[in-house]
Amino acid sequence: MTDLVDVRRGLYRDSVSLMQVSRSLQQVPGVSAALVAMATELNLDMLATMGFPVPEGAGPNDLIVAVRADDDAQAAALAALDAALARPAPGTGSPGPSGPSGPSTEAPARTLGAAAGRSGANIALISVPGRYAFLEATDALEAGLSVLVFSDGVPVAQEIRLKDAATARDLLVMGPDCGTAIIAGVGLGFANVVRPGPVGIVAASGTGAQQLCCLLDAAGVGVSHVLGVGGGDLSAEVAGRSTLRALAALDADPATEVVLLVSKPPAPEVAERIRAAVAGMATPVVLGLLGRGQPDLSAVAVEVLRSVGTLPAGGPEWPEWPAPVAQQPRSGALRGLFCGGTLCDEAMIVASARLGRIWSNIPLEPGWALPRDLRAPGHLMIDFGDDRLTAGRPHPMIDPSLRTERLMAEAEDPETAVLLLDVVLGHGAHPDPAGELAPATRAARTTAGTAGRDLAVVVSLIGSDGDPQGRDGQAMALRDAGAHVFTSNADAGRHATALVSGDQP
Amino acid sequence: MTEPLHGLLNRDPVVAAAGADLLADALADQAVPVERVDWRPPPAGTEEALARVMGDPRRSIANATALGLVLAVSPHLVDVRPASEALGLEPGTFLHAGPPIDWERASGPLRGALIGAMVLEGLAESPEQAEAALAAGREITLEPCHGRAAVGPMAGVISPSMWVFEVADGDRRAYCSLNEGLGKVLRYGAYGPDVIERLRWMSAVLGPLLQTVVRRHDPIDLGAIITQMLQMGDEGHNRNRAGTLLWLREVLPALIDSGAATTDVAEAVRFVAGNDHFFLNLGMPACKLALDAGRDVPGSTVVVAMARNGTDFGIQVSGTGDAWFTGPAQVPDGLFLGAYGPEDANPDIGDSAITETAGIGGFAMAAAPAIVRFVGGEVADALAATRLMYEITLAEHPSYQVPILSFRGTPTGIDVTKVVRTGILPQINTGMAGKVAGTGQVGAGLVNPPAECFTAALTALADAAPPL
Repeated sequence: MTDLVDVRRGLYRDSVSLMQVSRSLQQVPGVSAALVAMATELNLDMLATMGFPVPEGAGPNDLIVAVRADDDAQAAALAALDAALARPAPGTGSPGPSGPSGPSTEAPARTLGAAAGRSGANIALISVPGRYAFLEATDALEAGLSVLVFSDGVPVAQEIRLKDAATARDLLVMGPDCGTAIIAGVGLGFANVVRPGPVGIVAASGTGAQQLCCLLDAAGVGVSHVLGVGGGDLSAEVAGRSTLRALAALDADPATEVVLLVSKPPAPEVAERIRAAVAGMATPVVLGLLGRGQPDLSAVAVEVLRSVGTLPAGGPEWPEWPAPVAQQPRSGALRGLFCGGTLCDEAMIVASARLGRIWSNIPLEPGWALPRDLRAPGHLMIDFGDDRLTAGRPHPMIDPSLRTERLMAEAEDPETAVLLLDVVLGHGAHPDPAGELAPATRAARTTAGTAGRDLAVVVSLIGSDGDPQGRDGQAMALRDAGAHVFTSNADAGRHATALVSGDQP
Repeated sequence: MTEPLHGLLNRDPVVAAAGADLLADALADQAVPVERVDWRPPPAGTEEALARVMGDPRRSIANATALGLVLAVSPHLVDVRPASEALGLEPGTFLHAGPPIDWERASGPLRGALIGAMVLEGLAESPEQAEAALAAGREITLEPCHGRAAVGPMAGVISPSMWVFEVADGDRRAYCSLNEGLGKVLRYGAYGPDVIERLRWMSAVLGPLLQTVVRRHDPIDLGAIITQMLQMGDEGHNRNRAGTLLWLREVLPALIDSGAATTDVAEAVRFVAGNDHFFLNLGMPACKLALDAGRDVPGSTVVVAMARNGTDFGIQVSGTGDAWFTGPAQVPDGLFLGAYGPEDANPDIGDSAITETAGIGGFAMAAAPAIVRFVGGEVADALAATRLMYEITLAEHPSYQVPILSFRGTPTGIDVTKVVRTGILPQINTGMAGKVAGTGQVGAGLVNPPAECFTAALTALADAAPPL
């Protein structure tokens, strides 16, 4: 064991880097103590405390090096010291490839407020779990952003608070549980690529709005904006807070010639407020209120075409791709497996008019509710996009695996005669739903065929020519797998219903 | 007519997105600018309190009010006085750093400093006698500095005969002791004869001399010095070299011209110039003065004090009055002097985190490239450290700026809700005291408050907020 004390005159390093040098020396095997420091009075005292001899004449501008090490470790210690001291003093090094304040070093923002401040954003898109959505949405509103809350499961008191805060700041809250919006040509959430045009849509139903956009687009009519307001906006509690603001904004929008409001029938007192608001608007309004006894979405689309003066004589023909082998009436059960809640609802309304009871997880009547295992004899339709089936997993428009599983199970069921499926295209949706559903359709029909049954598959395809997945390619892939493909969900529902009700479709 | 919804329908959307990447991807596919949030869920069990506080209609205006008051303060050094006079300290009363604590729970360095102060005040003849008297607690009162508009670094012990800086803006006042230097000093818990001797000299010579100088001088603008020191490589907590020299430059003519014995003047100049942290005790009360202006705004979630007593870390929040929200003080992670190591270090101690609370210190790390070794060794780490603090603060300081960040104002005004939501804890640069009383400084490094300070404050804010 030897003590080595050395003074390096005029060599300056700041105390922080010297602490690091001392530490690296202490870590050399065989070194029991080390101090590398400027020779200040304090450090010289410390040197003495550590039992080293204090060198004469060393001052605060001199570096002292003191190492206590096994004799055979001395060389390694001195090498480590030289290596550590050879590094540039802090602050003299190069700032790195991106420059001293290069943007590449900036970590992503951790809150929406911070992100808004960085980017000058005017819209916040929130899809965090529902119990946190209020926090981010509040932050975004305070930063001056309108907000689309894609998340579901937001408590209604929080929804009301958000919408009142938005009103106070002249902003819009779309949602919670808002699946779609198109603003100035940009699709947010699940949105189809449709042409610009005169129709402004306010939608409390995401897939309902998507169906209407696609039907209008197929008829050559575009939309100005689609403002989702969330499924609960027209409830008695929320009282149309966002709907009223969206209607007023579209009324003031020069690009919007006709306003279409798509919703389930609102609570009666809310309906009164909406009627009063509509009466005060300069822009004509078409009401698409979804429910039993109301016109279906395709009929609403016709009404919109009429109001913009583009309804062809004899009505529009919605594109469809009949199955390669014409589907024939048969006995058995109609089984509908849906991703879109409104599409499921509309299909049930269409079907139950002929078939009566349809079991469902979103039943038309309380007595028609499916049990938890979602199994029942007879006609049934399941909305796989329902909150209870999406908790902790992606929406079936993104990940259809749960529905595909059920499709295969239905093929095994001798009672299943007709399968009714929706496929939703557009931004945000699965990149190639037919790529998954066509083989499944083929397999399901083979399974049934092996058991001596002909399984009819009917598809409601919600998409446009411009969608990234390509509507026609998707349609043909599904048709080639044996399905009859419709672009009108109501037509698909009617066709499927006719197949099991003994009528010639 | 103004466009409804702030022109939402009439401009190309720019989106900020939190949540599913896929939805942000869909926007990027449409060539829409998207700023993605690196969102993480807040700690389980905080959702309800967060919603209630975020939904408090007073919060946004209250925070703007509190911060406006903080940022409007212009701290000036106006006097140097004995603590007995300036703070009304009676014999036997000792101020200390951090939230309230008694002798029983006091850590080594705080005990050491109290022992030294007892000896200094003549209340004990020996350290042993002082310790016995403090343990018995008769005729001894311990109070936090913060309760008397004061702050003290490390142990932060202020006793009646010590001299304090008086910092003012209008009628507002804040106080801090005079810095003793580094190593074996009272604030690090050392109480040997040399420590006491130095303190006696400070009370007998340095304090009165500085009083003469400061009283002859116009009030010294400490805000201006802090602004300049941040542009000269100081961050105002672990590096105060430029600030100390700027201050000394300011008072030097008056010192020389003070009429005091030249040996005393020379000794005072040598003392100040030889202590790179002398300005810390001026920066701290400047920060304290500003933050006290933001206190007691109902509904405000702005942190107005972070302080440690060596056992507990405590914070105070504008909307919750004088309540302390505490958790166990952490042992800093850093670099050690000489042969000292982590096992020698006391948990975090000192009121000096008032600097971070006011937006300098660790929050201005990017301004101090010379000490980047504390945050990982590279300049980029210092930039990242400062940038991260913008995530939990509400404002950028109009005067305190970081040159390397294009003179962006330092992140100022810690928001309790942002800390809980993001899980990002304030970064504090700090010295480390030896845990055994009498040791002194053992190192310096980085430390964070315990997260429970912020969740406890959040709960109190939620209780005070109207229901949703």
